[in-house]
Amino acid sequence: MKKIGVFICHCGVNIKDTVDVERLTEELADYPGVVYLENYMFMCSDPGQNLIKKAIAEHKLDGIVVAACSPTLHESTFQNAIEEVDINKYQMEIANIREQCSWVHNVKEDATLKAKLIIKSAIEKLRLNESLIPVSAPLTKRVLIIGGGITGIQAALDIADGGYEVILVEKKPSIGGHMIQLSETFPTLDCSQCILTPKMVQAGKNKNITLYANSEVESIEGFMGNFTAKIIRKPQYVDPDKCTMCDDCTSACPVVVPDEYNEGLSFRKAIYVPFPQAIPSSYTIDMEHCLGFEPIACGECREACEPDAINYDVKTEEISEKIGAVIIATGYDLYPVENMAEYGYGKYPDVLIGLQFERILSATGPTGGVMLRPSDGTVPKNIVFIQCSGSRDPERHLSHCSKICCMYTLKHAKLYKHKVPDGQSYIFYIDIRSGGKRYEEFIQQAVSEEGIIYIRGKVAKVYKEGDKMIVHGMDTLTGKKMEIETDLVVLSQGIVPSEGARQLAKSLKLSTDEAGFLIEAHPKLRPLESLQSGFYLAGAAQGPKDIPDAVAQASGAAAKVLALMANDEISHEPVIAYVDDNKCSGCGICIGICPYGARVLENGIAIVNDVLCEGCGACISACPSGASQQRNLTDDQINNMIKVILG
Amino acid sequence: MNLPYYPGCTLKANASHFEDSAIKALEKLNCQLQEMKDWVCCGTVFSLSNDDLMLQLSSIRNLLRAEKQGLNELIVLCSMCYNTLKRSKDFITDDKEKLEKVNNFMYMEEVDYKGTVDIYHLLTILKDRITFETIQDKVKKPLNSLKLGAFYGCLLVRPKEYAIDDFEGPTIIEDLLSALGAESLDFAYKLECCGAYQTLTQKDVSLKRSYEIIRSASRAGCEAIVTSCPLCAYNLDFLQKEIDEEQVDFNKIPIFYFTELMSIALGAGWSSKWSELHFVDPEQLLRDKHLL
Repeated sequence: MKKIGVFICHCGVNIKDTVDVERLTEELADYPGVVYLENYMFMCSDPGQNLIKKAIAEHKLDGIVVAACSPTLHESTFQNAIEEVDINKYQMEIANIREQCSWVHNVKEDATLKAKLIIKSAIEKLRLNESLIPVSAPLTKRVLIIGGGITGIQAALDIADGGYEVILVEKKPSIGGHMIQLSETFPTLDCSQCILTPKMVQAGKNKNITLYANSEVESIEGFMGNFTAKIIRKPQYVDPDKCTMCDDCTSACPVVVPDEYNEGLSFRKAIYVPFPQAIPSSYTIDMEHCLGFEPIACGECREACEPDAINYDVKTEEISEKIGAVIIATGYDLYPVENMAEYGYGKYPDVLIGLQFERILSATGPTGGVMLRPSDGTVPKNIVFIQCSGSRDPERHLSHCSKICCMYTLKHAKLYKHKVPDGQSYIFYIDIRSGGKRYEEFIQQAVSEEGIIYIRGKVAKVYKEGDKMIVHGMDTLTGKKMEIETDLVVLSQGIVPSEGARQLAKSLKLSTDEAGFLIEAHPKLRPLESLQSGFYLAGAAQGPKDIPDAVAQASGAAAKVLALMANDEISHEPVIAYVDDNKCSGCGICIGICPYGARVLENGIAIVNDVLCEGCGACISACPSGASQQRNLTDDQINNMIKVILG
Repeated sequence: MNLPYYPGCTLKANASHFEDSAIKALEKLNCQLQEMKDWVCCGTVFSLSNDDLMLQLSSIRNLLRAEKQGLNELIVLCSMCYNTLKRSKDFITDDKEKLEKVNNFMYMEEVDYKGTVDIYHLLTILKDRITFETIQDKVKKPLNSLKLGAFYGCLLVRPKEYAIDDFEGPTIIEDLLSALGAESLDFAYKLECCGAYQTLTQKDVSLKRSYEIIRSASRAGCEAIVTSCPLCAYNLDFLQKEIDEEQVDFNKIPIFYFTELMSIALGAGWSSKWSELHFVDPEQLLRDKHLL
C-alpha cells in the first residue's frame, strides 16, 4: 500500500478558525495508508514546503495530500515541491478545505467533519494515482498569420525578427488593411500611410515572411505545434516579374467598377493596382467584373500589354503549409449601413460613412485631399457627424460600444476644420469615451479651440427638403428637438468582425461572442490566446480596437508565439482521456462529443490523440461501456471517493 | 379572387368612401371583398395595452368568429384595425394560458378560439398576391403628373414586428402609386404620428403634428397626401381648417385613401359622395389633372 502523508494548512485563520485542525490530525492518524500527519500555519510558505520535503525523505512517503486552498492557487506550488525530492508530481492531491469548507460554513463541529471527509476522499484518489509524464510532441517552427492589416503585419515582423518563418495570408490583393485607407491618425495626427507603408515594405521584403495576397485559409488540420493549413491562392493573372507597371492595361480595360480602396467614391478598372503603395506591388484582374478571357469576350488588356505579362491561364492554387501556431488578425468591417434607413445612406449621396470621409480627407483619395462633397463637388460649409450609428443600440443594432468612433469622429471634425476654416461641424453623441493616452486632451483642445459643437443626443432621421439636407435630432441635455441644415452627414458606423472571419471561426472551431468577435482564453489574464491551443488572437478580430491597441496586441501575440517557438518540442498535461481496448465497442459516440477533435476510430476502436485532448472529460461521461477513462480520475477512483464520503 | 374582409367601424361611417372605393377598385382587379359576419369593434387603442386580457376581448372575438365561419385569414383596410387585430392575435396565440383565459371569458360564443386566423393589410395583398405589375397592366387612366406623398403614420410600420414593409424606410404605398402612374415623392414626415386620438383631448398636439406633416409634404412638392388610416385622414384633412386659420403661408392639400386613387386609375371612377366626406376639396386637383 502507498505510504501517504497528510499536510493540513491553517491558512492563517482562514481554515483554523472554522476547522479544528488539531482534531483532524489526530483522527486521521489511523486512516489506512496514512503514515505521517502534520498541520502548519502556511503550508504554501517556504518553511511549509520544506516540512513536506523533509517528511517525504524521512518517512519514505509515496504521495501526499495537502489539505488547503483551491488547487487553482497552489497545486503547482506543491507539485513542484515534491518533484524536487524526486516524487512524481501527480502523486500529490489537494483537499480543498478552504473555499469548499471553512469559508462557506460557520459551525466548527460540522465544518471539521466535512473537512475530514474531503481529506479522506483525496486520500482515496491519491491511492490509485499513477505517476504520469507530460505528453510531448514535435513542434513545427513556422507561424501562420491570417490577415494582413496593421495587426497581422506587426505580428509577422516581430516573429520574423525573432528568426522564425511566417506565412502571412491576406484576402485582398494587397496588405495594409483598413489603416492604409486612413488619412491621419488620432491623437497625434500623423499620416497613416506614412507610418504604415514602411512596415508594409518590410513585410513584403523580409526573408522570413512568405506573403500570400489574394488568398484565403480554407482549413487548418492538426494540433498545436503540428498544424497543416490549406490556403487557397487566387490568381492575379499578371506576372509581377514581367510587369513594368506602365498602366497601359488599365487604359485598355473597358470595365469600370466602384473602387474598394476609396469606399466606392471613385472608380477603377477590372485590371488594377489596389492603391499606389500596394504590397505586393502588382496589377490584379478582378474576375468578378472582368468580361472574360476569351479574345471574343474581351482580352483588351492582354493585347495592350507590351511585356506580355498577362497570362489568363493561371489557375487557383491550393497551397499546403506546415505550421506550429496560428495568429488570427482578421480585423473588422463596418456594420452594414443599409440597416439604418433613417439616416438616408444610399438615398442621399452626401450621407457618408466614416471610412468614406477618411478617403475624402486623404491626399490619395478621390478628391486629392480637397474637402468636396460627392453630390455636386462643392465645399461643405456644415457637417453633422452622427456617433454610435449602429452601436450601443441592443434593440435594433449592435449592443457593444465600437470604441474608436468617439476619437475618429473628433479627428474628422478637426481635419475638416483645418481644410475648411470657416466651416462648422456638429457631433451628435451619447457619451464621449476618450480613455486612451492623451485622448481626452485631444478632445478638450478641439472643443475649446476649434469650435466644434457637441450635441448630446441621437439623430432620428436625415431628410431632404428641396436641395437642403436636414438632420432631425434631439438635444437630450435641453430636452429639445432640433433640426440642423447641413451639407454633409458622416455616420460613425459601428464595428463588426470582418466578413469571412465568422466563417473562419466556425471552420476552426474558435468560439465567438454574440457579435462574432473571437473569445479569448481569459478576459484578463490570457487575452491573446484562444481556448484552442495553438491559436492566438490579435487586433480587432477580438473586439473593436484602435491602432495602438491593435499593434500592442500584435506584438503581444508575437511574443507568445516566440515563447512557444523557443521550445524544442511541445509538452502537454498528461491528465487526459485514455481508452480500455477490451471494453471499447467502437460505437463512436465519443468522437462526436469531443470538442477538440481528439478522438478517432482506428481498427474499430476509439483512440485518443494525446496532444489534442484537453482532459475535459466529455467523452468519459458519454462512453456507454466505461471504456473511456480519465488518467488519475478513473471510475474506480471516483467510486472510492464517493464511498468514503458517504461513509 | 375572394378576399375575406374585416371592415371595422369607421369604414361604415366617416370612412365609408374608403370601403366603397376599395370594393370598386378591387372589382376591376377581379377581386371581391367578402365581409365577415357578426364582426365587432377591433378594440382600437385599448387592446394595445397588453397587460390586461380584458382589453383584448373585442379583437379576439372577431378572430374567433372568423374562425367559426371557416375563415383562415382576414384582409383589413384600416391601419388601426390591422394593427390591433394582428397584435392581439400574436399576443395570445402562443400563450396557452392566456388563450384559455380569453376563451373562458367568451364562453357564450360556444366554440373556442384556436388561433388559426391570419391578418393581412390590403396593401400587402396588393403587393404579394395581386402584384403591382398586374395592377400596372390594368391601369386605364394613369395618374400622370399627379405628385403624391405617401403617409404611413405609425400603425402600418410600428412596432417593427408588425410593419408591412421596412419600418424605417417603407416604400409599399409609393410603389403602388407608381404602378398607378403617379409620381410619388419622398417626404421627411411620412412616418410621423398625426397626433391620433389627442385630437379629442389635446387638440393643439394634433394640430401641430398635422401641420408639420402637411408642411413637410408640401415642401417636398406633394399636391396631395395618400394614407390608409381613417384617423390620419381625419386629422390631416379636417384639421386643415384650423391650421389654415392659424398659419400664414399654409396651402391646403387634399388627403386621399389609396383606394380612391386606385378606383380612378383602374377605371372605376370617382363618386361625388366621396367628396362629401373630404374636408379639403379633392375634385379641383383631380379636375386640374384631367382625372375626373
